[in-house]
Amino acid sequence: MEPPKVFEIENLSSFYGAKQVLKKVSLPIYEKSVTSLMGPSGCGKSTLIRCLNRMNDLVGNFRMEGKILYKSKDLFSKDVDVTNLRREIGMVFQKPNPFPKSIYENIAYGLKIQGISNREYLDGVVEESLERAALWEEVKDRLRESALSLSGGQQQRLCIARALAVKPRVILFDEPCSALDPIATAKIEELITELKQNYTIAIVTHNTAQAARVSDHTAFLFLGDMIEFGTTAKMFTVPKDKRTEEYLTGKFG
Amino acid sequence: MNKAQLDKQVDKLFKFIGIASTLFGLIVLVALVFDVFTDGFKRLNWDFLVSFPSRKPEKAGILSAWVGTIWVMLTTAVLAIPLGIASGIHLEEYAKRNRLTDFIEINIANLAGVPSVIYGILGLGLFVRWLNLDRSVLAGGLTLALLILPTVILSTREALRAVPFSIREAAFALGATKWQVVSQQVLPAALGNILTGIILAMSRAIGETAPLITIGALTYIPFLPESPVSFSNQFPFLQVSSKGFLDAFTVLPIQIFNWVSRPQKGFASCAAAGIIVLLAITLFMNGLAIYLRQKHQKRW
Repeated sequence: MEPPKVFEIENLSSFYGAKQVLKKVSLPIYEKSVTSLMGPSGCGKSTLIRCLNRMNDLVGNFRMEGKILYKSKDLFSKDVDVTNLRREIGMVFQKPNPFPKSIYENIAYGLKIQGISNREYLDGVVEESLERAALWEEVKDRLRESALSLSGGQQQRLCIARALAVKPRVILFDEPCSALDPIATAKIEELITELKQNYTIAIVTHNTAQAARVSDHTAFLFLGDMIEFGTTAKMFTVPKDKRTEEYLTGKFG
Repeated sequence: MNKAQLDKQVDKLFKFIGIASTLFGLIVLVALVFDVFTDGFKRLNWDFLVSFPSRKPEKAGILSAWVGTIWVMLTTAVLAIPLGIASGIHLEEYAKRNRLTDFIEINIANLAGVPSVIYGILGLGLFVRWLNLDRSVLAGGLTLALLILPTVILSTREALRAVPFSIREAAFALGATKWQVVSQQVLPAALGNILTGIILAMSRAIGETAPLITIGALTYIPFLPESPVSFSNQFPFLQVSSKGFLDAFTVLPIQIFNWVSRPQKGFASCAAAGIIVLLAITLFMNGLAIYLRQKHQKRW
């Protein structure tokens, strides 16, 4: 039996000004599993994932056609409160982007903007989130230090912990390892695999090996078209499309 | 001489020209400071700071001038800083990119380059005559506030622009509203640079003479603006008054200008001593700006 769908993307086209970035893309994202959006640079995978938490609203000349259903409801309907939506759908970005504040403040910020100020509760969430992001042991004695004093890999796990702190259902990863070394990358990948027990995850990557390691389903995008979607196991062993096969074997990309 | 040797010579030559140009400005400044100090240092003492101006150079002091400067600068700061920061935030974070915004932006950039005497004429017409504020502290403060407003707006915008977009994204992605993002993340991160810009603008305003002379600031003021707070031994013991803002005033550069134009030799020393005080205040403010910049310097 197939798991419930958290997102249903239907015929999504998107444009920056006159430039079309996505062309009628359709795919589901299943609950409590990892879906990777894979493809070479400029294929529209980042644009696609940024539609899912409506980050593209921030871009002045962005426009889209088609539909995205989140929990069977139109993500772009007028009665969706975008700030509530983003609390449910967290995001981790390409480059670690901690706030220039303490480690503690970074994690607590998402709760403070909801008006939560109970010290004990915040302490608990900070510890739990850092624990889940496998960072607690490394930082528990320096929570008051600046987050900028952490290494790149630690900063990225801090960003994951920050996203977890607001108790989202979905976490979107936009090439989370592209600025990290292989050891830090391995840690993040391990973390993603653990997180999928409790969260629905979508990850953008241009790295086929990473898609193979972490994801259950993979969508292959190329120049704005979705070429192929399926279980990762199947796509990586018997790709249906010739372009998918060529990308997987490293002939381009 | 082949090409490589020639290039090396050109390199050396340019290095020399560079050093010479840098030294030129520095030497002139040192000469000026030296000249002012030899002339004015003997005149600089406590009496000079706490005496009113006088017809006799040996009795003259700058009390009304530096107190006036502080009054006017505080008025300017209170008016220009909130307005300037709010406009900067609006233009940088909220305003939609359209023709109106472009038009406003171009005008603000142009206003920053308008000669200060023009602001004086504006102040004279608008504040002194039309609003009937007379040649008061308030009229002077308003005029200087208009003068530095474009600079405050521009430096606020620049400081906000220096905050990486990724910080805004991070906050939005956690469900922050626009105002939360701006007030809790962007503004604190930009604060050091904003303060630096404000202090530099203020230290420019502190030396302004032309616009204040234009609005008719007096040169001979043997009294101080009424103190905003006064104490008494009757209930309620403390009185707050805003009347001082409507009193006449003078400022340091006007007082200096006045002394320089006097024929008596003694006033030249008074002017030099006044310049030392003005230089000290400007230096202090610039030092504060540098300190704030260093302290708030962020690596992203």
